[in-house]
Amino acid sequence: MQMADMQYQFPDDRGHFGPYGGIFVAETLIPALDELRTAYAECMADPAFVAEFEYELKHYVGRPSPIYHAKRWSNLLGGAQIYLKREDLNHTGAHKVNNCIGQALVARRMGKPRVIAETGAGQHGVATATVAARYGMECVVYMGAEDVKRQAANVYRMKLLGATVVPVESGSKTLKDALNEAMRDWVTNVGNTFYIIGTVAGPHPYPMMVRDFQTVIGKECLVQMPEMAGRQPDYVIACVGGGSNAIGIFHPYIGVDGVQLIGVEAAGDGIETGRHAASLSAGVPGVLHGNRTYLLQNEDGQITETHSISAGLDYPGVGPEHALLKDSGRAEYVGITDEEALKAFHDLCRFEGIIPALESSHALAYAAKLAPTLPKDRVLLVNLSGRGDKDMHTVAERSGIQF
Amino acid sequence: MSKIQSTFARLQADGRKALIPFITAGDPDGELTVPLMHALVAGGADIIELGVPFSDPMADGPTIQRASERALAGGMSLRKVLAIVRTFRETDVTTPVVLMGYANPIEAMGVQAFAAVASEAGVDGVLVVDYPPEECANFASVVKSVGLDPIFLLAPTSSEQRFRDVAEAGSGYIYYVSLKGVTGAGHLDFDEVARRIPVIRKAVGMPVGVGFGIRDAESARRIGAVADAVVIGSRIIEEIERSPREAVVANVEGFIRGIRAALDQPAGGAQ
Repeated sequence: MQMADMQYQFPDDRGHFGPYGGIFVAETLIPALDELRTAYAECMADPAFVAEFEYELKHYVGRPSPIYHAKRWSNLLGGAQIYLKREDLNHTGAHKVNNCIGQALVARRMGKPRVIAETGAGQHGVATATVAARYGMECVVYMGAEDVKRQAANVYRMKLLGATVVPVESGSKTLKDALNEAMRDWVTNVGNTFYIIGTVAGPHPYPMMVRDFQTVIGKECLVQMPEMAGRQPDYVIACVGGGSNAIGIFHPYIGVDGVQLIGVEAAGDGIETGRHAASLSAGVPGVLHGNRTYLLQNEDGQITETHSISAGLDYPGVGPEHALLKDSGRAEYVGITDEEALKAFHDLCRFEGIIPALESSHALAYAAKLAPTLPKDRVLLVNLSGRGDKDMHTVAERSGIQF
Repeated sequence: MSKIQSTFARLQADGRKALIPFITAGDPDGELTVPLMHALVAGGADIIELGVPFSDPMADGPTIQRASERALAGGMSLRKVLAIVRTFRETDVTTPVVLMGYANPIEAMGVQAFAAVASEAGVDGVLVVDYPPEECANFASVVKSVGLDPIFLLAPTSSEQRFRDVAEAGSGYIYYVSLKGVTGAGHLDFDEVARRIPVIRKAVGMPVGVGFGIRDAESARRIGAVADAVVIGSRIIEEIERSPREAVVANVEGFIRGIRAALDQPAGGAQ
């Protein structure tokens, strides 16, 4: 494991994961990224910074998050044993907060009093608003107008936490448009503003920095799985939108032999319908939002609109490290449709008493497909990246129920 | 010497400043783009920056994003932009045309294919907003090999190392983004521009154009007093937006004529 870890050294010093990643931004942002890269390197080299990050994760977030053996659901499926990494039990209800704390601490060290963020489902926005309140920072969250409608409860949560939520009316009014708008804010206010990106995408050093803050998930699993299951899992399964929860649990396992890594993308109405958000399964490499990666685009190189029942997966790109893991074959990427994700959502509610986020339901749905094909002594570890309270409206609407 | 370089040489010999208007190809529709380009020249443009619309124009403000959305809604694409330049060249073989846009449409077409078609169509320079020098060594050498000038941006925040990077990678001219922020944004710090331009010009050994935030004759005149070229974009898009279709071409020509007149006033001259 140690050797394999040493062989996998990405990104390079300019943020490249093989042919992916990099720094594809307008000149106005280059100095800001240089400054961030230097500050981040100083933070990670400072034991006091690392200690404070770990203290906050333990006492504010409630880490380590437990691993839970979903015995009843596993028995009903009749195959491999399914274990859940309970990121849904974190403060704010998802893995997003791990990264927000890390970046807010970097921002504080850089002397930036104002943080901005983009958000899709609202989980990253809530996590950013939370840490901004915790550290006394001004907070502005950009959110696609369409998502503001879909995620009204999270919008109110952010406002309660003192953040300003700006609905973005341009383009498709979803996550990618919120990201465009946040970049514009950053370019304009770069002197006093830190941009907290919520996923492992964007220009270097973001994909690396967000990954580093999220790998706490996988590092805990490496310790917990032997305690819980007597060994490491055969499969690690996580949903992939931008890909931060997946990288967080995959990365520490990259060098571990015999562990298959499976990323689950949103296949929406089905990949063949064109209404999906499966960038790795159905996209081609290109340049967007500061990095080179797989993108959903038309033949003219215009980014196409995506669809998923889950706002957090509704993004036409994906983190560059996933692009590399796909090409190298170290991870496999599959699609799960809205319908399949909903079934897994309901099953976990009914059989385990856990309401999962619709994002995480995609990973659960793939585990439910895979488990019955495997012997009972096989072990699947699924990253339950968030809780589903925020999705009540979407699920109810789908079932024709009005509150 | 490229057409862009000879344009600057001629202007410098005459003691004049280059006027570089920006419009987005396909805005308000594809049929008006060539007439608009001719109108810009008639109004006094020396070089035309022709925007290639992109679905996610991160470095642009809302005005140019709206222009991109209108163009894309009308079916504009990079290949169609190149066809527009070819048509423009049937009646204007002298005015340099610089394509300005984002990397992804070019990568989707293929860098080699793009360079070949652009050169053949009569394009003179390319400015790819999200290609900083360190990410486009291959692109810059490919476009240079077919005689196109790769144009780069510098910003108020750029370091002297960046000056050297763009001097190395670029040719034609440097586009100095006069303020922090996106296209069409507010305040221009004339004193800051006046301090920076001579330093940059000396470091890069190329003419320096200034853009972002130039909105009227007065700001154009003040920038023209210190820079080699004045780039004006969002304000023209606003003119296009507020004009009825049949008046768009005449209104844009009239607007550019006013800017040209201000630029050609002797230094210190009254309005």
